[in-house]
Parts: sequence; C-alpha cells; structure tokens
Amino acid sequence: MKISRRGFILASGVVGAGALAAGATQVDWTDLIAAATRDPRSPDAGVLVVCTLYGGNDGLNTVIPAADAAYQKARPDLAYQPHEVLDLGDGLGLNPGMKGLKKLWDDKRLAVVRGVGYPKPDHSHFRSMAIWQTASPDSPQPTGWLGRWLDVTGDDPLRAVSIEPVLPPLMAGQRAAGATLPVTGLKLPNGAVGKAFELLGQPQAGESADRARVARSIADLHTTATKLGPAVKPSSGNKGQLAAQLDVVAGLVEAGVPTRAYSVSLGGFDTHADEKGTQQRLLTELDQALSAFVDRVRGKKVVVLVYSEFGRRVGANASDGTDHGTAGPVFVIGDNVNGGFYGEQPSLTDLDNGDLKESTDFRDVYATMLRDVLGADPAQVLAGHTTTLSGLLA
Amino acid sequence: MPQIDDKAATRRLLDRFGFGPRPGELESLSQQGFAAACEQVLAQRPDGTPLPDLGAEPPQAGKKASTAERKQRQKTLRSQQTAAAQWWLDRMAGTASALPERLTWFWHGHFATSVQKVHSARLMLHQNQTLRGLGGGDFGALAKAMIVDPAMLLWLDGQQNKVGAANENLAREFMELFTLGVGHYSETDVREAARALTGWLVNRDAMTAELVAKRHDSGSKTVLGITGDLDAGGFVDIVLNRPDSPRFVASRLWFRLVSATPPSADALGRLVAGYGPQRSIGGLLRAVLAEPAFRDPATTLVKQPVEWAVGLMRALAVQPSKLPVTQLEAGLRGLGQVPFEPPSVGGWPAAQSWLTTSAGLARLHLAQLIAAHADVSHITSTAAAGQALGVDTWSQRSTAALADLKGAELVAMAACTPEYVVSQ
Repeated sequence: MKISRRGFILASGVVGAGALAAGATQVDWTDLIAAATRDPRSPDAGVLVVCTLYGGNDGLNTVIPAADAAYQKARPDLAYQPHEVLDLGDGLGLNPGMKGLKKLWDDKRLAVVRGVGYPKPDHSHFRSMAIWQTASPDSPQPTGWLGRWLDVTGDDPLRAVSIEPVLPPLMAGQRAAGATLPVTGLKLPNGAVGKAFELLGQPQAGESADRARVARSIADLHTTATKLGPAVKPSSGNKGQLAAQLDVVAGLVEAGVPTRAYSVSLGGFDTHADEKGTQQRLLTELDQALSAFVDRVRGKKVVVLVYSEFGRRVGANASDGTDHGTAGPVFVIGDNVNGGFYGEQPSLTDLDNGDLKESTDFRDVYATMLRDVLGADPAQVLAGHTTTLSGLLA
Repeated sequence: MPQIDDKAATRRLLDRFGFGPRPGELESLSQQGFAAACEQVLAQRPDGTPLPDLGAEPPQAGKKASTAERKQRQKTLRSQQTAAAQWWLDRMAGTASALPERLTWFWHGHFATSVQKVHSARLMLHQNQTLRGLGGGDFGALAKAMIVDPAMLLWLDGQQNKVGAANENLAREFMELFTLGVGHYSETDVREAARALTGWLVNRDAMTAELVAKRHDSGSKTVLGITGDLDAGGFVDIVLNRPDSPRFVASRLWFRLVSATPPSADALGRLVAGYGPQRSIGGLLRAVLAEPAFRDPATTLVKQPVEWAVGLMRALAVQPSKLPVTQLEAGLRGLGQVPFEPPSVGGWPAAQSWLTTSAGLARLHLAQLIAAHADVSHITSTAAAGQALGVDTWSQRSTAALADLKGAELVAMAACTPEYVVSQ
C-alpha cells in the first residue's frame, strides 16, 4: 500500500495535522459569498453538519437505560436514577442535561441510532477516531469519508467547510479537501497599526508560495472580519465553542453558500475520572448549542450528525470514571429526520470483554447521510458499502 | 539549481538548526564562510543549564479526595507546568548552543507526549532532559529510552499493558509514528509487539519506570518476522533494523527542519547514508546540510509558532519569563502551540496549516507583547528593523506597510511580515 506523507499523517489519526499543509484551501469569505451569488445552493439540496465529540463520549450516560438493574450494578456511583433521566420510552432516557434534545425527540426531529460501532473495536482514541473519520475499520486509509465524497463529486473545496482551526481528516480527500473558516472573534487593530496590518495582506509578485500564503491569510483575515459581519462576531457571554461554530454554520446556510457539508466539534469527553459532572456539563453545552442551531435553520433541509470515536466501558473504573469502550449512540437531527430509535440497544449482560457489542455498523449511518442528504452514491465513497438505515430520512 | 550565498545560507542554518540569531550572531558566524559555520553549529552540545526545581509531585487525589483537594492538586500541577514551559522557553531564547535545543524541540514534536494526560510537569521535564541528552546521538539509544520513558508510558497507556491484558497503544504508535511509518507492519505485529512491551510500571515520585517480571509476558512473540522472547529493547532493535526505518526518520527530520516538500529519492538515499548503520543523528544532520536543496532559495519553511516567538525574543534579547506569563501563554495558545501540550501523539500540524486567518491576529498580539518588553530604542527605521530581525530586504509591500510605524509598533508589525514569518 502506497502511502503519501499526507496519508501517513492522516492515517495516523492526527486530527487535522497535515491535510491543510498538503493542499487544503483556506476559504476566502469573498469566494463563499461570490459562490453563493454565482452558484447558490438549491433549496432542495440537503446540508449535512457533522459534529464530532472528541475523547469518547460515554453513551450509556447519554442515552441511559436507567431502569436496567445491570446498568445500576455496573456503575453504582455514576448511574442516573430512572426519575432523573428524560424518558424516551423503551426503557431509555436522555441525560438530564439534554432538555433541548428531549423537545426535539418529542417533536419527532431527533433520531437515536443505538449501538453504533464497527467490528473488532480499537480502544485507541487516535486509531478509533481515524477509523470513524476515514470510514475504514479494516486498514488505514489516507482519506476521510467526506473527502472522498468531494473526490468523486468534483473538486470544489467550498462544498465542504470546517469551522475549526485546522481541517479534520474526515474532510481530506485524495485530490480535493474541504476549506476551513475560523470562528474566533476577529477584532482588528485600528489607526496606523490597523492600516499597516491590512497592507501586509497585499500580494507581492515573485514571492515564494509560503510567503504568499502568509499575505493571503492576512488578507483573508481582513475580508472575513469586515464582510462576515455578525456571523463570526466574538461569542457573547459564556457561549461555548460549539455554539460559536454552529453560529457560523447557520450564517453560511442562511447566506445560501453552496457548501453541502460542514464539520464542527466539541472536545473533553475522555472522562476516565470524576465523570458525572464533567460529562453532564459537556452534554448540556452540546444540547444548548444544537437546539439553538436547529431552531435557527428550520425549514432549510439541514441534518446534523453527532458521533464520538467510541463509547465507554459498561463498568465504572476505580476513579469514578469509565475507560475506553466501544459502541455508542449516534444522533441524527433535522426537520426531515423521522425521529425515533434505530438499531438495537446493546445488551448490558452479553458483553465482549466488558464492552458493549455493536448492533449497527457506523457505515450504515454514513451511507444514509450520503444517499439521503448529499444525494451521492454511498458505494463510491464507502468502498462498496451500501447498507442504509431505512426510513431515517423523509 | 540556484544557490543562496554564504550569508543567506548561514542565516538559514541559524533558523533551521536553531531558533534564529541573537544580536550579532549572524555577523560573527558568517565571517568564516558557510562550511565553517556548519562545523561550528554541528559541534554544539547542550549547555549546562540545570533543570528547574518544580518542587514535589502533588499527591495523587484518591477516590475519597474532596473537591477542594482535587482543585489544589490541579492548581499545583498547573503552576508546575507553567514553570516548566517558561524554563524551556527561556532556554531556547537564551542559549548560545541552539542546535541541541532545536533538536530537543524537534524530538518533543516527534515523540509527542502531552502533559494533559501525563499530569506531571516533572515527568515532562524528565523526558525533556532525556531528549536533550540523546537527541543528537544514536537514534537507537533515543528510541530505547523513549519506549520506557515514564511520561511516555503514562501517555500511551504502557502501565495498563500487562501479560494477559495487552494494551496496544504504545506498540502501535511506536511503529506508526516514531520509527517506521504506517503500512510497514501488520496488525499481528502490533499485537505481538504489545506483548513484548508488557510489564512496565512508573514510579511518579522517583521518576523511574521498572519492568515487573510477573506483569511481563515472557512467552515467544513474532514481530516483523523475527521470533523470540522479545522485550522492549529487542523489539526496538527489530524495528530499527527494517530498511523502512532510516528513511522514515530522515524524512521526518527533513520535514520539520528543511522543507514540507519531501526530499527526492536520491537525496533521501544520501540522508540515509549519513544516518548510517550507527543511526547517527549527527550524521543525518551533516547530510542535510550537504544537500543542494538546503541552499536552494525555494527551500522555504513556515516557522512553527514557538520557533517564530522564540526567534523574535532571541533577536530582541527578551527573556520569555520576563513577560507576563498568562499573556505569553495565551498568545502561544492562540497560535495553536504550547510546549508540552501537543494536540495528539502525532505532534503538531506543520507548514501552511499554521497560516490560518485567526492565527494572523494572534501573531500580531503576541508580537506586540514581546516588542513592548524589548529595548527597541536602536530600531529607528524600517532598515534597522530588518537588521534586528535578520531580514535583508523588505518587499515593496512590507516597506509600504511599515513606513508609518515607529518603535515597538514597527518591530511588532515587522515580525508579522511574510518575510519574517517564513524562514527563507
């Protein structure tokens, strides 16, 4: 297997480490808006927002089988009680921090795909995240699944945009790669310093590619800060990082840019110790960010996919946390989602070496997104994998 | 292939094999020509700076620890971590012996270990000192030290790896990221190698790791076609004997010190010959300097944020620990690179991936902070700013941009020019 340098970095599971260096495009806001004018996204074309939870989110304390005695027994100090969880039926309830998602569930706009994983699960963050992002559980793959989608459907990098500082591997293809747009508040200096800084963004004939890129990034910064307006103004109050990213996505969707896939993320889920408070705080942040976003893009054919590289062990460890596990729930949210449960809930007693057994292959979820949101042929992107979750999307 | 002149090559040498010149350093080093400058730099050995005393490791928070106790422990760890980073930045910015520091920095990114999981600045510094001591010598010795380094074992779950319950994390990353590259081993090799690495336990207080016989799998293993009762050292030998390994090590060093463009096949062959059967890092560095590409004007390299900031502080004779520490740390964090906190075992991003739009603003803020703490009274013109930062000629664009600025504002903006952000 021939692997390029970029392939090496990507396949190593290093998130965003090399793809941009290997040729990803730093998006220019003017390009996006110009594209929105020249080639606006058809209102019928679906938009996919992939939300990655880094660190391995504890699925059993997210979609919680609170009434199951095996659950209570496996993690007595970590377990939620049946009256605490937000009941979804089927003996499952959402983490108490997820009140917004409960409303979306009641509104039939939230699908919970249960027991999602892949065969022979790997317990390394990097490896498992690489598997999820490349959709290749069997062998290292130098490209991400949305990167391959770009590869097979044309080279325009504007069709996939990451709202993160560096490009995640999932959006790096062999030929094409997604673009990145920063979310940070951009308060430019004014006066003589501001004028000088803006002048540094001018291109200079005959300059090396690296120097030209420095100048271009400064020019992009000025364009972004002045033209983007409210979409990337500094997050007000204590709005979290994910909410700020989703604000940018909402702004772009509203502007009608031709982008079909976005990547956002939230980290901190590696809860080996003192898990309960930390995870509930993170899930609350996730819940609030997602609810506000879904409300804002109502009626715009936007689908959000939320996943993590693995769930965690069924049994708690000795430090009130959980160690790396396997299968976990995946959320799919949107107006045209048929809310409800998909996939079987893994058994808490029939375990694989202390871990849940996966009931749904993660590529089934991707194939569904590719076919029903992006209108692509899953087989071309997922090495022949075509199984989908029937009825998930209207 | 066009070649840059001796002075420009010497500046490149100071940038790539160090963190850029201190005032007057380029002039004095370039007097005897590039070849002599190379010899002088290659002869550099770590200076005798002692490690800082961070105090004792805060006691582990047990299961019954109160929230206050946990918070106190976090606070102590945090301040130790800051002290360690300050100490290292001071050393990078101040040393006359820059090559060993640059190599230590390179190996930190290569054997990327983060304090965020190790939770001990003392162990990070211990590893740092090992990288410094072995980083210019025999790669085999360095690799053997790293595979049982206490911080590394904690970082890649080496402690969980015991007979009957193997943890593959360290075995896999060691081959994939440290010595061979992906695709040059099988999943079976990973599983077998993990068995060879079983049994190591870390003593945090003593900063040691020891092999506990009853946790070690002493059965027969087969890694990369070689069978035996392999242990950590035996495993490293097998891996480093593969022909893929020298090519991998040489390519990684080239990538960080020379260019994001990989060396040609011929050049790679020469680099591997310099590395040789002794696995000599010094020999590899010497081979790098002999490459025509090292003197090609097109061989530019985007400075990593720490390299850029340290270079600026060297040029302006600013001691990092004299800066307000929270602002310095925030500046580096905004640029995406804080020592001892690589984002993953794969290390930091590289090349143009540093040149994001948001980084442009963070860079200006940090440059302003550094310039505000420097004596810039002698920098009274754009030309003087070029002299101070080692930029021979400003482009028309930068000349125009800098024209109306003075003092610290001039210096800070000069540090943000493409001419300075990219090592020529």
